[in-house]
Amino acid sequence: MPWVIAIMVALTVVAAGGGLALDNLADRARGDLAGGVTVQIVEADPADRSEQTRAAAEILGGDGAVAKMRIVPQSEVAALVEPWLGGGAEMEAVPLPALIDLTLTGDADPATLGRLRDRLAEAAPDARLDAQSDWLAPVLSAVSALRWMAWGLIALLAATSAAAVWLAARNALGANRDTIEIVHLLGGNDDQIACIFQRSILLDAAAGGALGLLAGGAAVLVLGAQFALLDSGLVQGGGLGSGDWIILGSIPLFALVIAVYTARMTVLASLKKML
Amino acid sequence: MNAPETEIVQFDNVGLRYGTDREVLSNVSFTLFSGRFYFLTGASGAGKTSLLKLLYLAQRPSRGAIRMFGSDVITLPRERLPAYRRRMGVVFQDFRLVEHMSTFENVALPLRVAGVREADLDGPVRDMLDWVGLSHRADARPATLSGGEQQRVAIARAVIGRPDMLVADEPTGNVDPEMALKLLRLFEALNRLGTTVVVATHDVHLLRKVPESLIMRLDKGTLADPTGALRYPPRRVAAGPTDR
Repeated sequence: MPWVIAIMVALTVVAAGGGLALDNLADRARGDLAGGVTVQIVEADPADRSEQTRAAAEILGGDGAVAKMRIVPQSEVAALVEPWLGGGAEMEAVPLPALIDLTLTGDADPATLGRLRDRLAEAAPDARLDAQSDWLAPVLSAVSALRWMAWGLIALLAATSAAAVWLAARNALGANRDTIEIVHLLGGNDDQIACIFQRSILLDAAAGGALGLLAGGAAVLVLGAQFALLDSGLVQGGGLGSGDWIILGSIPLFALVIAVYTARMTVLASLKKML
Repeated sequence: MNAPETEIVQFDNVGLRYGTDREVLSNVSFTLFSGRFYFLTGASGAGKTSLLKLLYLAQRPSRGAIRMFGSDVITLPRERLPAYRRRMGVVFQDFRLVEHMSTFENVALPLRVAGVREADLDGPVRDMLDWVGLSHRADARPATLSGGEQQRVAIARAVIGRPDMLVADEPTGNVDPEMALKLLRLFEALNRLGTTVVVATHDVHLLRKVPESLIMRLDKGTLADPTGALRYPPRRVAAGPTDR
């Protein structure tokens, strides 16, 4: 019995850890990208591109909807495309667009983007504005699906734990039927008899829960460390905070409540069949 | 003048059947009075154990009415039955001791069930073990006790709560005659303290050893009234030669 609860708790901790990490990741990505806009000046002529960039920066810098603006240095743009196009002298022949990174005061909604496009149309006709949230929408959608899957998994594990406890309680009842009957005939009431089983299941669940939390917590820590090594901004956004660890730490308590409640209901249902 | 006797059990036209089989008890009617000593006798299979099961509330009858300690226990809510069971002590035919408990714990069980504090258990349990001569076996498990010792543990457990009624099913069935007589003396001692005693036995020799007793005889599930014990008030059985 303690081993079953330990395994269930460990799996639930891992699933809940994953779910919480995905929650954090989605929230942080959404927060970071909600007001993020990238302006590309796609012009082959370096002088013209530079002129349009300067003009666009001037317009955008003075716009009330823009909270922060940064012209991405050309060296940084070159570094971004280096993995695909390579570096060195040949790169100088490739006309890279100029990039301006904007953070809006509000969300990058279509109305704001349309107004900014209109303002840039004359001074920087080759400027293209893209909301950063559009690029990551499919990724965020997948993250959301994974998150729901994690919570579904937790619900299934809780149901499986309850079923395992129910079976264990039934077995314990069968093995102790004589004792139950004697206590019953000596005037023990249902509550007294159920309490005997609750105490026994409580001890098992407490031992199993502690063991499961240790194993599951260790797995979450190791997985977190592995993902942190990826050094990806998106993945690092999925780290667990102290609140998340408190939630993970409370999982054995939920398991305890489920186990004790299930055992009690099982014993009471069985006792109801006796006079 | 004697105080009027209190009726503690009344069976009225009680029948009992298991499933769809024929009735194992039919039209059973009798009254038990407080402080009396009753023998329930009859051949094996006559229905003694079934009748005792009705008495110690392990079974509901298929028909008829049963009143115990002034209440109709047939219509009583299930939740209220434990309080009535606690007013009875039961010595089962097969003792039914809890195997994983010591002699002390088995005897203490009814007190624990009744909510007696742990600190208050030791004295009464030691006294009771002393009374049945098992003080030296307080820590022994039932499996290590002889048949007679197990019987005495079962009796100690049945009487430790000072029940209003003691029900014993073939309590002398597994012991030698000397031990049987000793056990009977224990029941008589309890009876003198005011407890109503009902002893089921198929040993007719035992009946004469308690001259004050009243006899009920079951024959194929029907209660006979050979001694007038079932009349109101019941007539005392004539005392025969005894080896007391």
